[in-house]
Amino acid sequence: MSSTATEIAASEHSEAPDFGRLRADFPTLNQRVNGHPLCYLDNAATTQKPESVISAVANYYRKNNANVHRGVHTLSERATADYEGAREKLRQFIGAESTREIVFTRGTTEAINLVAQAYLRPLVSSGDEVLITGLEHHSNIVPWQMVCEQTGASLKVAALDENGEVRLDEFHRLLSDKTRFVAVSHVSNALGTVNPVGEMIEAAKTRGVPILLDGAQALPHMHVDVRDLDCDFYALSSHKMFGPTGIGALYGKASLLEAMPPYQGGGDMISMVSFEETRYNDLPYKFEAGTPNIAGAIGLGAAIDYLNAIGMTQILNHEKAMVAAALDGLSTIPGLRLIGRPRERAGAISFVIDGIHPHDIGTIVDADGVAIRTGHHCAMPVMQHFGLPATARASFAFYNNEADIERLLRALEHCRNVFA
Amino acid sequence: MDLNDLYRDVIVDHNKSPRNFGDLTDADHSAQGFNPLCGDELTVYLNIKDDQITDVRFKGQGCAISIASASLMTEKLKGLSVEDTRQLFGKVHSMLTADAPDIPVDEMGKLAALQGVRAYPSRVKCASLCWHTVIAALDKRATPVSTE
Ligand SMILES: Cc1ncc(COP(=O)(O)O)c(C=O)c1O
Repeated sequence: MSSTATEIAASEHSEAPDFGRLRADFPTLNQRVNGHPLCYLDNAATTQKPESVISAVANYYRKNNANVHRGVHTLSERATADYEGAREKLRQFIGAESTREIVFTRGTTEAINLVAQAYLRPLVSSGDEVLITGLEHHSNIVPWQMVCEQTGASLKVAALDENGEVRLDEFHRLLSDKTRFVAVSHVSNALGTVNPVGEMIEAAKTRGVPILLDGAQALPHMHVDVRDLDCDFYALSSHKMFGPTGIGALYGKASLLEAMPPYQGGGDMISMVSFEETRYNDLPYKFEAGTPNIAGAIGLGAAIDYLNAIGMTQILNHEKAMVAAALDGLSTIPGLRLIGRPRERAGAISFVIDGIHPHDIGTIVDADGVAIRTGHHCAMPVMQHFGLPATARASFAFYNNEADIERLLRALEHCRNVFA
Repeated sequence: MDLNDLYRDVIVDHNKSPRNFGDLTDADHSAQGFNPLCGDELTVYLNIKDDQITDVRFKGQGCAISIASASLMTEKLKGLSVEDTRQLFGKVHSMLTADAPDIPVDEMGKLAALQGVRAYPSRVKCASLCWHTVIAALDKRATPVSTE
């Protein structure tokens, strides 16, 4: 059960946690797939859940199931306390000043759409520009395209270089008097590139332009502090950081969130309704119309407890070594070409093999129990940049180990044999 | 699941050396097909005379299953009537998807090599893309077909 994480919490800051033992906290990892022990290397798509998260969700439904912010009865108070407790855990985890700045959403996608529609759309018109990068996930492209279509503003894209890094000279050049908003990924899901967000945020600040970070792929791998970063908005997904699906959050600076109109109307987001007039609720509830994903938020809270017990610095160091070993191993496979060679990488490695389509790689390694993602990774412009329809991508989490890398390498040899 | 059942020798061979691959400059029918999920794209060209397919070629890129399927299809279609092609599409489709298909092996010929796809639901679209595309070409559809 979650005892492993608790034990580790006790020994935190003393020595490196036993990552090998943490694996036992994840029930899904303990199974055979196609006759082989599961080797799960698709963590950028979604991460597995520790027992503590699964039982937090089950516990809510078993014991505390009630709506939040409504009743005065005991269960409703329990549910509300746990739901709001999760908000406080997330606030601490990302270093926000106040829980008023933590809006629960369905995930990163909804968080970005919220900012696009409620913040940006009323502010821009023809002649204004929104700046993104060539590294973005579709969910950090399409919402901005929609605002541009709705308002006549135009979308500018800072291109990538051959290593899969954003060309900073382009980024600075495109950041102009016309720029009204900047949205960049913290970490790329397709290539694993860690963006130099410090420099990007500073550049935007200097021009007084608000900036959003898509943090979906950063939080599972590194310590994030939104006040240190000094970004205006930060979007995240619980399911990428060992929590349940269907929940995530938008961090926004209180001053910005306060000035924004609501995103959706309904219950919970109001303080008073009559047919003549409606007064909106305070932050963050103004943006949380309707009954939220209560169980999801509670599960996210449990995931954060779990990560805190290990320590994000420990996770970062462990993964750095693992990804370096994986890169070394992959470089020994004949005909394998890494797609993207960023100086700073977290989590994901994209590659292709001469003469073997990524889709076939995916099917063949799956027959060996190895789960990787193949395709465009919801980042078609990244694929176009490299002139490829698709790549194969192995993506790591702290519960992966050297044996997983070995399994991947052997499965890739198998691919080469099938097509030999 | 046996991988050898999917990647049979015929399939590996037709992927490596696709038959009837390339442009057909004087084609009187053609259509494009996409599989957005994996980025496969095919163009199928046909020449039809007196309701018979006299020539068929294809080009594009895709996984081994989609390239081999297209290659095998072009071998099969040459000389077939339009009506027979449409009927064959139905049979191929049920071979790729139906639970207990009655595969007319004689009629299918080498196409039967694709029956292993049935065990891999995510790959059915790869194998059927060329067939959807050829039907679009027969229908003279201008918009590309998409498997999504
Ligand atoms: C970088 C990045 N941004 C955004 C998203 C979208 O997240 P979600 O689907 O959880 O909303 C993802 C998920 O794949 C991602 O990797």
